Amino acid sequence: MSHWIILPIVLPAMMAAFIVLVVRHHVVLQRVFSLAGTVALLAIAAGLVIATWDGSIILYQLGNWAAPFGIVLVADRLSTLFVFLTSLLAIFVQLYAIGSKWDTRGRHFYALFQFQLMGIIGAFLTGDAFNLFVFFEVLLIASYGLMIHSGGPERFRVGVQYVVFNLLGSTLFLFALGTIYAETGTLNMADLAQRIAAAPAEHTSGIRAASVMLLMVFAVKAAILPLHFWLPSAYACAPAPVAALFAIMTKVGAYAIIRFYTLIFPPDLEATQGLFDTWLLPAALLTLILGMLGVLGARRLDRLVAFAVIGSMGMLMAAVSVFTPQGIAAALFYAIHSTLATAALFLLVDVVRDRRERNLLTFDLAPPIAGGALVAGMFFAAAIAMAGLPPLSGFIGKLLILDAAMADARMAWVWAIILGMSLIAVIGFARAGSTIFWRAHASEAAYDEGPPPEDEAALAPLPALPMVAIGGILATLVAITVFAGPLQRHLAATADQLFAPEPYISTVLGTPGKEITYKGHADEDHDKDSTARDSHGPENPETPLEEEAH
Amino acid sequence: MELLLASAVGVLTAAGVYLVLRQRTFPVIVGTAFLSYAVNVFLFASGRLAVQQPPVLNDAAAAYTDPLPQALVLTAIVISFGMTAVVVMVALGAYLSSEDDHIDDRPETGDEGAQS
Repeated sequence: MSHWIILPIVLPAMMAAFIVLVVRHHVVLQRVFSLAGTVALLAIAAGLVIATWDGSIILYQLGNWAAPFGIVLVADRLSTLFVFLTSLLAIFVQLYAIGSKWDTRGRHFYALFQFQLMGIIGAFLTGDAFNLFVFFEVLLIASYGLMIHSGGPERFRVGVQYVVFNLLGSTLFLFALGTIYAETGTLNMADLAQRIAAAPAEHTSGIRAASVMLLMVFAVKAAILPLHFWLPSAYACAPAPVAALFAIMTKVGAYAIIRFYTLIFPPDLEATQGLFDTWLLPAALLTLILGMLGVLGARRLDRLVAFAVIGSMGMLMAAVSVFTPQGIAAALFYAIHSTLATAALFLLVDVVRDRRERNLLTFDLAPPIAGGALVAGMFFAAAIAMAGLPPLSGFIGKLLILDAAMADARMAWVWAIILGMSLIAVIGFARAGSTIFWRAHASEAAYDEGPPPEDEAALAPLPALPMVAIGGILATLVAITVFAGPLQRHLAATADQLFAPEPYISTVLGTPGKEITYKGHADEDHDKDSTARDSHGPENPETPLEEEAH
Repeated sequence: MELLLASAVGVLTAAGVYLVLRQRTFPVIVGTAFLSYAVNVFLFASGRLAVQQPPVLNDAAAAYTDPLPQALVLTAIVISFGMTAVVVMVALGAYLSSEDDHIDDRPETGDEGAQS
């Protein structure tokens, strides 16, 4: 059994503990260790991607216990892809945090950052539904700390909303898991897939309720209408590197939807008919409309980007809810693209905020910022990618989604809304960019009568490291545009693997491991200690009680 | 027994949802606590109700109750306890920094200034 799969979870956990216990007073050492840890993480993630490239499924049994009873980690194409994306994003975000000194504006930034990575990666790798809940909580509790990093009344107020909303989401998740366990008697994903497929048709109401509740939980994470309320304020108020890292958190919701609804509740399952075409597709399209209208209507640059996140999630889920291998592949491409594009935009917004007079992010006139040409150019590139204009990856992603929607019965709706909302997004981004970067020169002309106000921050030269970080993200966007063909072939293979889950199930359930022996020597020793003794032992103590659930 | 448990879950959930919809942080936090109690009882019942039966498999016991929900509930209790502590601290921070414990959003005015 290869131990590589658990390393991306253990490494950030150890690193976080090390940072908070040993080097908590040395910010330079924290930076070095955290960055080194993340680079190692990227290397491991790359190794896992290569190991699963040919479609093999790697299983890790925690404590060597066999699958339905022990917790397993499973690495396949989908999960390793997201692990790799997370570690890549984490490196750029940390470079930005170092360069912009966000990490010194509060305490324990890197420890929380590493715990957040642990939670996100754990959620991608786990093969157990309850373990997924636990990793969700790990990533959430770290995100609460990161969200209010460096404090401030506004950030705290939004932090309370964010925490409460996610607490409610977690409660709903537990209700859903309880219902699933009561119906099937297992929480292992592969075992669930088998048992739900074998459940008699007249006893599926509980399964259906659980699947709807789970979809709602993941929709909270993925910010699908009408469960998106927490996102705009939270992302706009979070520190910039944190908001950029949160770009992957909405994708955790999308990942969970893709994983659960291909493996456990596949589209041809009788019990969950209509969940996608009747509910998720309209919700996704409405999310897209709301997000892009928010881009047009936002009065602050940070909220504009936050609404762009909602819009991109709508686009992504529209592709998912078509629910063909082609649709899933398009959604995966768009997920990679939109994660990087939104992260770049959040970091750029922070650069603009630091340079503008009184840290304004509204669209009021203000003098041009130092290094404006470079920042404006980067904003232009990221906005083009986000709005889905050629030549960057957003355009390719959108084409793939439109192509995948061709097969759907409601193709006209999908096409009209996606194309119409793209236009609105272009207008929204163009308005924001031209007000902040171009009309600034007009306001400079207005200052000609008097001396322009001296502003230290606005005139300081651009620091190099943040620009390198943002440039790195944009370069990755260019790279996935250039290598869109090979990437798309890999994603199509990923989607095919998701729609043929038998190897996944047989790998998870068929791999032998340690098993519980009820009538061993150890048990007899144990019985001598027990005081309450019943002489009438059951005939077959191996029968687990959960069999009654069927 | 079933009636008692089901109504307990229902009443706790109803009270929790009502409190969560209040506008100030204190009732909302109490509401999330109620909801977590409700979900704990619910999880406990997901392994079927069995009175006075051991959750540990051994040859001497005539019948068992499912041990797994008990482990799940234990995990859920620990997590919700930690989460409640976090939300109390964040809410206190919000209250102390702005002298305002309303949880709802103010309208976006567009003229909020520096925040970092």
